[in-house]
Amino acid sequence: MKPEKDRAKLFNRRAAFLIGGKLALLSGLAGRMYYLQVVESERYKLMAEDNRVNFRLLPPLRGFIVDRSGDYLAINIKNYQIILVPEQANNESTVNDVLSKLIQLIDLEDHEIRRILKEISRRRAFVPVTVRQNLSWEDVSRLVVNTPDLPGVHVEVGQTRHYPYAETMAHVLGYVGAVTEKELTGDPLLELPGFKIGKRGIEKVQDLALRGTGGNSKVEVNALGRVIKELERVEGLPGHELKLTLLMRLQDYVGQRVENEKAAAVVVMDAHNGDVLSLVSTPSFDPNAFSEGLKTDEWNDLINNPYKPLTNKAIAGQYAPGSTFKIVVALAALKHGISPDYKVFCPGHMDVGDRRFHCWKKHGHGLVNLTDAMRGSCDVWFYDVARKIGVDNIAEMAFKLGFGERSGLGLDGERKGLVPTKSWKKRALKQSWHLGETLIAGIGQGYVLATPMQLAVMTARVVNGGKAVAPRLTRQMFDAESLTGVEADVSFENLDIPEAHLKIIRDSMDEVVNHPEGTARGSKITIAGREMGGKTGTSQVRRISEAEREAGIRKGEDIEWRLRDHALFVGYAPVDNPRFVVSVIVEHGGGGSKAAAPIARDVLLKAQELMAESEAEAQAAAEIKEI
Amino acid sequence: MASEIGKKELTLTQKFWQLNWGLILIISLVASVGFAMLYSAAEGSWDPWASRQAVRFGMGFFLMVVIAVIDIKFWMRLSYILYGIGFLLLVAVEVFGQVGMGAQRWIDLKVIVLQPSEIMKIALVLALARYFHGIPIEDIGRIRTLIIPLLLVFLPIGLILKQPDLGTSLMLVAGSGVIFFLAGVRIWKFALVIVGVLASLPVAWNYLHPYQQNRVLTFLDPERDPLGAGYHIMQSKIAMGAGGMFGKGFMQGSQSQLKFLPEKQTDFIFTMLAEEIGLVGGLGLMGLYALLMIYGTFIAVRCRNHFGRLTALGVTTTFSLYAFINIAMVMGVIPVVGVPLPMVSYGGTAMLTVMIGFGLLMNCYVHRDMRIPRNWREM
Repeated sequence: MKPEKDRAKLFNRRAAFLIGGKLALLSGLAGRMYYLQVVESERYKLMAEDNRVNFRLLPPLRGFIVDRSGDYLAINIKNYQIILVPEQANNESTVNDVLSKLIQLIDLEDHEIRRILKEISRRRAFVPVTVRQNLSWEDVSRLVVNTPDLPGVHVEVGQTRHYPYAETMAHVLGYVGAVTEKELTGDPLLELPGFKIGKRGIEKVQDLALRGTGGNSKVEVNALGRVIKELERVEGLPGHELKLTLLMRLQDYVGQRVENEKAAAVVVMDAHNGDVLSLVSTPSFDPNAFSEGLKTDEWNDLINNPYKPLTNKAIAGQYAPGSTFKIVVALAALKHGISPDYKVFCPGHMDVGDRRFHCWKKHGHGLVNLTDAMRGSCDVWFYDVARKIGVDNIAEMAFKLGFGERSGLGLDGERKGLVPTKSWKKRALKQSWHLGETLIAGIGQGYVLATPMQLAVMTARVVNGGKAVAPRLTRQMFDAESLTGVEADVSFENLDIPEAHLKIIRDSMDEVVNHPEGTARGSKITIAGREMGGKTGTSQVRRISEAEREAGIRKGEDIEWRLRDHALFVGYAPVDNPRFVVSVIVEHGGGGSKAAAPIARDVLLKAQELMAESEAEAQAAAEIKEI
Repeated sequence: MASEIGKKELTLTQKFWQLNWGLILIISLVASVGFAMLYSAAEGSWDPWASRQAVRFGMGFFLMVVIAVIDIKFWMRLSYILYGIGFLLLVAVEVFGQVGMGAQRWIDLKVIVLQPSEIMKIALVLALARYFHGIPIEDIGRIRTLIIPLLLVFLPIGLILKQPDLGTSLMLVAGSGVIFFLAGVRIWKFALVIVGVLASLPVAWNYLHPYQQNRVLTFLDPERDPLGAGYHIMQSKIAMGAGGMFGKGFMQGSQSQLKFLPEKQTDFIFTMLAEEIGLVGGLGLMGLYALLMIYGTFIAVRCRNHFGRLTALGVTTTFSLYAFINIAMVMGVIPVVGVPLPMVSYGGTAMLTVMIGFGLLMNCYVHRDMRIPRNWREM
């Protein structure tokens, strides 16, 4: 029995040792637990909170754009889209079943179904997949009726930018589109899926003001990223409503007026404060197609169209200004001591060295002074004067009147045009200047290039008493920090052109239209107090050869469209108290007096009528407010 | 009275009254903690875990009582047979076992899915206890005496390692080591083996599967792979730490409820408890475990037959190992090994093993005064 007792004793000793060891181990683990849960607790609490809470951005509503009378030009409309939550579909049915039922209700093409299936396979099952955007109301109602049979299918309401005036406003407003890699600035809003920013026009230039500030939603998420519940919500600020100086009624009218021209541009502005009242470039495009998502063939049609619908010709079209440039040359001549009574005999041409420079009027104007030359648009008088004062003095005046630089209108894609000088030619072409080029510049041909916007600015500066007016599309200035709109001030510096000179030019422009021998005599406004003055221009697209000149082929109708002359006209009204200026270009329209002046007349007349109407309305509204 | 019990066989009713009710109470308490946590893990629902776990516990409880009242000699006789069956099943797993979780561990008997390595945890204890019961204390010192038990240990472990299941293998080694120790094997022999094992570690490293190597490396530096294997340890530590002293409240653990915690109903249930009930809850459960360990030791010491002693402490140790490994793992003290928290983690097999173990422990208590001679078979 003794060995058995020894064995028990040994066992008991060792069992005691073992339980001691076990309890020591447990105490060690308890100590570790204390360290984790008490000593290090704060650190882990933070980490747990980081795990749990996620911030979701809420996209702000994009600011509306209105015209000067409050007419809506760009708004946000509801956009119905179908989304499919694969997890919900799989709970009661299968994704494939649901999709095949959907196909019976709405048209889904094979490639769309492939895209949907691909997205489903890539994402987690609770992440909704967009099946189709921009649903028609019929589609929506058909779906809603059938939702019980379509587990996981939901109709969601989103916001899409909409432009009620579509084509008419496309070049001014531009459009919005998805953010590209290059456009990321660090603003987290831009990284939101489906977020759109301005791509062109006002939408692009004023994007920050229109965009607004994103809101925040603090949500609790699980390890898979699924949102469990919303903890806190801070609403964002919608974008600012942007008021344009444009008068939509006028814009609409101008748009219709040039509808039948293949390619044309019209700018109407207030000569005193620079408000752009209308800015039209035709042909145009539908910006709504862009915000809904343009199809490839639609895009290809747009970029391959020879009339360039995507170009805003009013600011990005550069044309030789032709005879409209004679306003600049005449002012330069007056400044450099040429008397308004300085007379030149025009036999229909002028010979300089061995080159002959033709006047547009084959048999000449006879003896003409400044006013005669303006009225009849005599090229020879301007050849002579240009030669006398030199190209650099012409350029100086051109720069003063706004040529050769961007107008500061505040639209993207604006071009500078070109004012040639001797040093410019040396620098750019590495050639010295020829006298003949001065003569050509004197009638607005050759190297000179201007945009319709610049022509309107020139006219405005001439008729407003020599103020350096600059065009603007909005009176609101948004400073980058607070993004609050501030009314811009409208004092412009004086260009230091004697009023006497300006009056001579204005009077000659009056005669262009209202004198029986004026080039635009056919486009008179006969309503008293609304008369128009102006200057025609015909811009040669290619040199006319001597042979053609002999054969008498000069008329636009005889030659191919793209080789015809551009028709230009700049005008102002009313003649007695100039306020509105217009510039019109009809690409390859032929002569300025025939193709451009009638448009300018109609537009200026309408501008006066509609502005009077609009201002009367505004005053009436203000009076009601006061009462 | 004690001597009387030792002399004659007890009736079934007497045995029933001899059951250790204190032990049963503690076991039930631990199991109830498990139900509560499984209820919370299912976001406040008895389905799918808590209800099934309760049914399993009920079955295990019945089994425990049945095992406890059967004559201890029956278990002695059965021990080698059980070991043999367990070993054959391990071979069967090797030949046509199911592959699950990257390892062959289960055998599908159509009725139940069997995990032979679990059977082995009990069978090996019984077999070793029976073997050492028959060895006189003088013979323990002989190397020759240790050859058979060493074979008993390492044959199944070889097969389990091949599955591969490092966690179970280590548990079997540790559990058997404890029985060797209790049987009286000299300390220096253990020291020798430990030194030998440490020396061969670099070689063994190359035999580990990449995923096992990965687990060890990740354990050494959890941030090495924060999205992979280290993720579990990191999230588990975050959950516990965030729980603090009193926890975030029952069913309020953000880590657990929001699924940051992996396997929260099985291997990481202790983390969930620590997050929701805090240090207080964790220490409470550890205290219950400590009570079970102390109870097991008392029963073993109180037992008058060597088989009973060894079996009682053997199964208690097996149970303790589950607890130690699981708790140490979720705290990031040891690498992640798939060992459940006994009686609390969701899962049938471990529950069954532990309940059978407690059945045997209670059997030892019921038969504590029965003296069984070394050469009992010859009687």
